[in-house]
Amino acid sequence: MSKVTLQRRPLVKKILEGADDNLLVIAGLGSANWDVTEAGDRPLNMPLWGSMGAPVPMGLGLALAQPKKRVLVITGDGDMLMSLSSLATVAALQPDNLAIVVLDNEKFGETGNQATATAPRNNGPTDSGAGTDLAMIAKGCGIADSGTVREVSEVAQLVKDARTTKGPVFRLVKVMVEKLEFVMPPQDGAHLKDRFRQALGIKPT
Amino acid sequence: MNVELKSAEWKDQIFDVFQDHDIKQVFHVPDAGHSRLIELCQKSNSIRTLALTTEEEGIPLAAGAWLGGQRSVLLMQSSGVGNTINLMGMPKTLRFPFLTLITMRGDYGEFNSWQYPMGQATPKVLEAMGVLVYSVDKPEEVKATVDAAARSAFNGGQSVAVLLRQKLLGIKNFGKK
Repeated sequence: MSKVTLQRRPLVKKILEGADDNLLVIAGLGSANWDVTEAGDRPLNMPLWGSMGAPVPMGLGLALAQPKKRVLVITGDGDMLMSLSSLATVAALQPDNLAIVVLDNEKFGETGNQATATAPRNNGPTDSGAGTDLAMIAKGCGIADSGTVREVSEVAQLVKDARTTKGPVFRLVKVMVEKLEFVMPPQDGAHLKDRFRQALGIKPT
Repeated sequence: MNVELKSAEWKDQIFDVFQDHDIKQVFHVPDAGHSRLIELCQKSNSIRTLALTTEEEGIPLAAGAWLGGQRSVLLMQSSGVGNTINLMGMPKTLRFPFLTLITMRGDYGEFNSWQYPMGQATPKVLEAMGVLVYSVDKPEEVKATVDAAARSAFNGGQSVAVLLRQKLLGIKNFGKK
């Protein structure tokens, strides 16, 4: 396997560059949240501080409620591993406005970089995973447009796929293990939810 | 015969309440108790139904639907309630309305011992997570109860569960006397 060279922060920045009111973003807890926030906190981002396993079903419910908007879920391998079967639910509904980008560093970043199942097997006593291929799982669940990105040369296409390619789209992006600073959005969930709905023009109850 | 008619009637009434409250997404797992209601929702033009792989998906789906301006309901059995408990914190943290209708097992006259632990714990674990628990065991009270629950949820901003008790549903016995 080729050496992993992609860095998550510049990559997420490229994916979100020029985000307008058409782009609704759900970011999974931990690193994906900080990555999306570093690219620029905005009302139409819903960055999670908890609720591991929630981003994909949350993106699905949102995509169905807002069929004219693009919904982009950005999360990590640990989070995705916790809700694998939600990919089958996405496949059953085939929302054409939903893209899922999983940043896979093969680690549980928030708890001290322990190996996830996506890490290779036989990787030593403390760093071995299961060699789990999330893109293959997404495809197996019925998301036909599912693939893996490893090279810098593939990033421009990844941006297109995340932003405009007919969904459902699933992209697994192999990214480096890095120690990065926390870039935190507001934490108040009610505030994050309310500013999101307000930006969509939804009136309060 | 009379019991069958009554059963169809209150299930249709729940569907009417969904329409009255402008429910747009209904999440469910396959369930004998909810099957007629699920079919009504599937055939409706105004409601999107989603079959889940696990009840847990229903909470973030409801969060996403609400973020996008739509009301939803989660239909499940008491045996699936435990799967939702961790994410049941989401409606509290994000402060969004949440409504679930639960068909009870491990309840009145249950023959299957495997259903009792989760069935008996259902109201307690829901209450522990701050969910308001309404309970109904008479056909004539179903409509008013579900309507009240929908009001508490969508107008009052609460998480609400309606327990459809086994006394109401009939005792499942797999053909045994």
